[in-house]
Amino acid sequence: MRRPLGLLAALGAGYAFLYLPILLLIVFSFNESRLVSVWTGFSTRWYGELLRNARVLDAAWLSLAVAAVSATIAVVIGGLSGFVLARYGRFSFRWLFAALLAVPLVMPEVVTGLSLLLTFVSIDRVVGLERGFGTLVVAHATLSLAFVAVIVQARMSGLDPAMEEAAYDLGARPAKVFFTVTVPMLAPALAAGWLLAFTLSLDDLVVASFVTGPGATTLPMVIFSSVRLGLSPQVNALAAILVIVVTCLAVLAAWVNRQRSAFDPS
Amino acid sequence: MKPGRTDRFHVAAIAVPALWLGLFVLVPFAIVAVISLARGADAQPPFALALSWESYRLLLEDILYAEAYGNALRVAATSSVIALLVGYPMAYAISIAPARWRGVLLMLVILPFWTSFLVRIYAWMALLRPTGLINAALQSLGLVDEPLALINNQFAVHLGIVYGYLPFMVLPLYASLEKIDRALPEAAADLGAGPWRVFWTVTLPLSLPGVLAGLLLVFVPAVGEFVIPELLGGPDTPMIGRVLWTEFFSNRDWPVAAALSVSLCLLLVVPVGVLQHMLASRKQGRGAP
Repeated sequence: MRRPLGLLAALGAGYAFLYLPILLLIVFSFNESRLVSVWTGFSTRWYGELLRNARVLDAAWLSLAVAAVSATIAVVIGGLSGFVLARYGRFSFRWLFAALLAVPLVMPEVVTGLSLLLTFVSIDRVVGLERGFGTLVVAHATLSLAFVAVIVQARMSGLDPAMEEAAYDLGARPAKVFFTVTVPMLAPALAAGWLLAFTLSLDDLVVASFVTGPGATTLPMVIFSSVRLGLSPQVNALAAILVIVVTCLAVLAAWVNRQRSAFDPS
Repeated sequence: MKPGRTDRFHVAAIAVPALWLGLFVLVPFAIVAVISLARGADAQPPFALALSWESYRLLLEDILYAEAYGNALRVAATSSVIALLVGYPMAYAISIAPARWRGVLLMLVILPFWTSFLVRIYAWMALLRPTGLINAALQSLGLVDEPLALINNQFAVHLGIVYGYLPFMVLPLYASLEKIDRALPEAAADLGAGPWRVFWTVTLPLSLPGVLAGLLLVFVPAVGEFVIPELLGGPDTPMIGRVLWTEFFSNRDWPVAAALSVSLCLLLVVPVGVLQHMLASRKQGRGAP
């Protein structure tokens, strides 16, 4: 087949369009100059200042903690959801279950954020609820559990149900079958789901801004509020770190998801 | 034998996610609807429950909101079409690449989606500013005397949306193009059609399901977008997501913000429904060729 040069050029230009802005951002985060667009020499000085910036460090710890806890909840609930949709066939209100699961995928972030905040405020009126770490965790878990469910459901459909059925035939209770047969076979999908949920949480600005309380500022919120005051080399360095960490985790997730569990004979 | 549905584990496996989804997806919907009917009040939280259509009337009467809706729909629609023009050649080139390269080429398109969205938009700010890299390069080459106005306008918002959502366009296009039986365009070529004629009369029509899915996948998130118009747009680029944010954070008008949410969801019901229908029929193998 003839390989049209025009198409190859379009493909190359497309990749340049997708990657050049990020690469330039990373390169210029090592720029010595305070002026963001004039290269004066290599320096790690902005990274050093970043590490001495207490506000940034606090936000980083909060973001990492929220991401870790919310990803864990998302794996449990999203994993169960994917399992239920793949194995339970028809049950009453299955359509509602599937629809509610898909809602956070298509809903604008501002709507998700506002609706969760209004819910937390309503809960607060009844039982008292401090907004901050807890509300961030619940919001991010809700946001990312759909992604985990999609990954788990896809993996389930590739697994041979004979393994689980054999365990049932040998007399194991459903809970035991789930934890000793299904979960080990799903391990790569669950790990990939956790990593993706972690990156989603780490990167979220909009939903976090709505549901957080006084004193709980995440990394994207720090970037956003500094950007409004104008670009600064420190924010460049912070943005570069965030993009590198998130990209590495996403690549790791894709790699893990392609692995076959040692417990999966199919 | 597989035990019945009454087993405690089976009940829990459905009940735990169902409870979570009910409490944090379904109930929030209802609460937004209720608060959109509330009246603003000088209280903490700033509303008083009521049954009032005041917020919706305001949305209909104040021209600001109509402009935000119109602009959001217009910007989302044009950006989707531009993304199609940029994404189609990419998807097509990947689909005719040697099979062993396709996976890597496709992965390179998807990866940016999993890269920090905020930082990707932030990166464009550094490029587009009057003192940014693009203007600096143009000026040092002597192509322009004055810095071009590249940011805080409609142009930058379109650019940001195309950049941010290009992966959503390329993926369904590739899925459609890859499924096309190679014999069909080859037969057209054998019968004497030139490359362009083969494309317009065979390849493009066969890839239309991918075109529609791609347009919707870019359009839907773009309509409610906040980060892009806020960071790259200017005062002349109101969009619903941005107006909602302002109503909530600056004006502290929660009922109007809630009414905006409800109307934004209603606006997206049709495109999301079409998309869902397409994905469902593709799963059953009767949608795309």
